[in-house]
Amino acid sequence: MSVRYHPHTPEDERRALEAIGAGSIGELFDDLPAELRDPEIDLPPGMDEAALLEHMRSLAERNRTRGPDFLGGGVRRHFIPSVTPHLALQSEFVTAYTPYQPEVSQGILQATFEYQTMMCELTGLDVSNASMYDGASATAEAALLAVRHTRRDRVVVSRGVHPETRAVVETYLRPLGVRIDVADLSPLTTADLPLGDDVAGVLVQQPNFLGYLEEMRRLTDAAHAAGALMVAVVDPLSLALLAPPGAYGADVAVGDGQTLGNPPSFGGPTFGFMVVREELLRQFPGRIVGQTTDVDGRRAFVLTLQAREQHIRRSKAKSNICTNHQLTALMATVNVAALGPEGLREVAAGTVERAHALAERLTAAGFAPLTGSRFFAEFVLPVAGPADEVRAALAQRGVHAGVPVPEEFGLGDAVLLAATERVSDADIDALVAALDEVGARRPAAVARG
Amino acid sequence: MADFPLVYERSKAGRRGAQPPAPRRFDLAGALGEENLREAPPRLPEVSELDLVRHYTQLAHRQFSIDANFYPLGSCTMKYNPKVNEEAAKLFSDLHPYQAPETAQGALQLMYELQRDLCAITGMDAFSLQPAAGAHGELAGVLMIRAYHESRGEGEQRRVVLVPDSAHGTNPATAAMAGYEVREVPTGPGGEVDLEAYEAEMGPHVAAVMLTNPNTLGLFERRILDLARVAHAAGALLYYDGANLNAILGRVRPGDMGFDVVHLNLHKTFTTPHGGGGPGTGPVGVKARLAEFLPVPVIERRGDEYVAVEDRPRSIGRMRSHFGNFGNLVRAYAYIRALGREGLRQVSGYAVLNANYLRVRLKQLGFRVPFDRVNMHEFVAQPPEGLRTLDVAKALLDHGMHPMTVYFPLTVKEAMMIEPTETEPLETLDAYVEALRQVLERAARDPDYLHGAPYDTPVRRLDEVKAARQPVLRYRFPEDEAA
Repeated sequence: MSVRYHPHTPEDERRALEAIGAGSIGELFDDLPAELRDPEIDLPPGMDEAALLEHMRSLAERNRTRGPDFLGGGVRRHFIPSVTPHLALQSEFVTAYTPYQPEVSQGILQATFEYQTMMCELTGLDVSNASMYDGASATAEAALLAVRHTRRDRVVVSRGVHPETRAVVETYLRPLGVRIDVADLSPLTTADLPLGDDVAGVLVQQPNFLGYLEEMRRLTDAAHAAGALMVAVVDPLSLALLAPPGAYGADVAVGDGQTLGNPPSFGGPTFGFMVVREELLRQFPGRIVGQTTDVDGRRAFVLTLQAREQHIRRSKAKSNICTNHQLTALMATVNVAALGPEGLREVAAGTVERAHALAERLTAAGFAPLTGSRFFAEFVLPVAGPADEVRAALAQRGVHAGVPVPEEFGLGDAVLLAATERVSDADIDALVAALDEVGARRPAAVARG
Repeated sequence: MADFPLVYERSKAGRRGAQPPAPRRFDLAGALGEENLREAPPRLPEVSELDLVRHYTQLAHRQFSIDANFYPLGSCTMKYNPKVNEEAAKLFSDLHPYQAPETAQGALQLMYELQRDLCAITGMDAFSLQPAAGAHGELAGVLMIRAYHESRGEGEQRRVVLVPDSAHGTNPATAAMAGYEVREVPTGPGGEVDLEAYEAEMGPHVAAVMLTNPNTLGLFERRILDLARVAHAAGALLYYDGANLNAILGRVRPGDMGFDVVHLNLHKTFTTPHGGGGPGTGPVGVKARLAEFLPVPVIERRGDEYVAVEDRPRSIGRMRSHFGNFGNLVRAYAYIRALGREGLRQVSGYAVLNANYLRVRLKQLGFRVPFDRVNMHEFVAQPPEGLRTLDVAKALLDHGMHPMTVYFPLTVKEAMMIEPTETEPLETLDAYVEALRQVLERAARDPDYLHGAPYDTPVRRLDEVKAARQPVLRYRFPEDEAA
């Protein structure tokens, strides 16, 4: 017996067919090519709810998530108060459609207006859209925006931008013939930018993929001197403490919103955000919510400036993007409102403190974490032996840690270690002990940085 | 009536709604560098937990949803989202994308099996689950088509993508974003692609045709095998926009109809919640000759182990980070496994039954049906002469029902596109008909009434021109207004 979600009784079916004037449901499909109809589909038979849940649990049990956690690389397990999912995941929000009928969609529209305000405050820039798919695709959209705005055809991307993000930028720009140049790190932060008067935009991540703080003011000034737009790829949680992109003159801020209050969910769904200076509004992709009034003069909210979008402009649209990531952006909105400025600062400050405590403890234990540059939530630890083997060996001991640092960074065998405010001293002890057990210690003299 | 407050307007300095672990004493400026710190904290709401609960609960009540309202939006497939899928998704929500793959085998196995299930359902040979939305899947699909032609040395020659004039706006926008010139093919008088015009546009300059079948008028393209033959004879590929797959689930497969590339909307056909506008999820499937171009990662099985493979040299690359919208993959997988083969066939059967029932009933009421034949999961209607679609739609809101999709497709004047889905009982469809009957009756008695509708919603008709001409896109703090 399988689950069925259609409510039709045999009597309902008869009544509907009679009204239509058809003899059977099968008859309604007579327009389909006869030779292709009713194919054999290789699927198991359906399951009832109890069997389904049992099956899903058996799959879930093949995963392990408990244990000390030092995983980062753009996704972290921060504290999320219970009130956040309880409010954001109310079924009125979860099962609504895009707010095309604003009179009955004020809940989502207003929450998005609140979201846009928060993102403007965090980034110090003027206009936020209603969210995008994820940080990587939002960054690619920002690169496209720079190309449209400047009408130039080269983009400079720091190697400190997450490798997966750079890969997405390449996927988006390649068909349009835009050249991408990578600016190297020296050794842990972006040194020089290969600029010229053909550069549309410069993309720099803060903190960078390895966890270190870039000199955003200097890099922004250099980009502007070449007439390029500066795109800051930022961790929004870090903006509770760090200078916002608007303060150092960036034109666009993008990033992934996971750290503001979404569970990691194996990397998705999270949401991407994009916030720009007002002058770029005409080139801005994605949905935007604006404030207006109704016929009775009451304040109300509505999707606006839609003349940029695909359903109006079709092949002339600023992007083909259609949906946003409303629900995950709402999680962030509720979470930020729950924490408030002080709570958000505490989460960020706790993260910085724990990451530094971890680095100190490792140094004291004879490891050689790279601490020559300032870092926020994570840093590089050179290890003895291939990084993915170290990560696997740690996992066997119940410790989740050690995102491998790709070869392109020239750091040899190395892993990223991240902390959050949830990390305890006992967790740190467990990691240090496990690193020793798996023989990951690389003598300080050998480690570079 | 007073304006409903923003969370910012409920704010009072010193309040808070949640308490994270208290940070220890630490020299932040010393660690991060004074020059890297922000000068003033961001202005964020300060509310108590109860204030917060009241605010977002009241906002939820200012919102229509499938769980509370009938929502027959054509082309959007607003069917019921089963609660068990939400339970299933929670089992996987704490997984980190970079944890050792040895500790994530259940998740990778689920993705592998979902890839396989989607192949079986669509008749394609390989799938990637990367794209985060339907339009994102379209972009992946068209980029693969581009890579395919380039690999055969025909990249320069094939510059055009054909789309029917009734296509979703994302189709032409996607083709343009992938660097193609877009040409429209007209719809014939019967509501299907004009085969003659189509053949005239076809040639060695065409890279692909993007089609939905059934099309956006809710009609099955009966000449689909001819459309495919003509495209393939010219060396062009056929792209399937999966927005309307719900109509043919288990009855006929895109792969068997001749489509080379397909994207699916898991948030339509496979019940992942729409979330008020996302996250969607748009996996892409291809025939074997295009498999090497799929976006990475693709999940493979090696012995007893499941592996996310990134190293595929001819892949178009990544569409986004990590494994796509994994949480929604869990929901869609649970839905497919709950229904099984026979259940999926019932979905399309009752979706089409409901849509045809509504078409007949609306016609009896006096609505015009421009293509009056058996339709698939949706149909297009027009209001009785003299009435405007917008007015009818707004009047429905006072009856607690969400309107149909309005003014789409663009090829039909005053279009109303209606898709009831299989999860609605006939009683709900009858209630919709009754609401429309009352709207027509009121309009006949009092023509001005409809122009003023809705009357009972949280707000009434909005000044959308003002919103666009004088954009207010964020809250203005009183201190900023003063300055």
